[in-house]
Amino acid sequence: MTGLEWPLALFLLANLLAALVRAAHGPTAADRMLVALLFGATGVGVLLLLGYAQGAPELVDVALTLALLAAIAGMAFARRAWAATGGQDDNTG
Amino acid sequence: MTTPGEAVSAILLLAGAGFYLAGTLGILRFPDIYTRLHALTKADNLGLGCVALGLALQADTLAAALKLLLIWLLALAASAAVSYAIAQRADTLGIAPWRKDKR
Repeated sequence: MTGLEWPLALFLLANLLAALVRAAHGPTAADRMLVALLFGATGVGVLLLLGYAQGAPELVDVALTLALLAAIAGMAFARRAWAATGGQDDNTG
Repeated sequence: MTTPGEAVSAILLLAGAGFYLAGTLGILRFPDIYTRLHALTKADNLGLGCVALGLALQADTLAAALKLLLIWLLALAASAAVSYAIAQRADTLGIAPWRKDKR
């Protein structure tokens, strides 16, 4: 407990809000998926920080599950869902 | 009074936050999907790695510390596999990599 956990968790949350700009602009579906993957990675960091800041070790299990789900979502997107042709248009999301 | 362990932990947490910021900025500013993948893996691998390592130094038991490292190893393997799959799919769909001369 260094006292840094709460400020850093808020900082990571602000990062996620900034990344929403990319999710809104696209232009391809993959760009929006990258923001979803960033939410996964940053969300794991936020959960770990909050778990240690609050002394709630069960949040570490939540973080582990979130990391696993982000990986599955990314693979499902790349292998199954992303079937757009042309690629650069804005109508693929 | 901070112990050396706490100081190292704080440094690692701040470094992790820096890498998360770099990854987010890269996602916002880089020009195409391949370069944005590169930025995403900075947040995935180094940001999460530094945060997990910094928190592992504060863990009460060895099992709790190893669990944090396990999460990081999962994220490492996942981001490598997902980045490869997305880049390969983008290439198959014919998305051309960005070049400086043609904008």
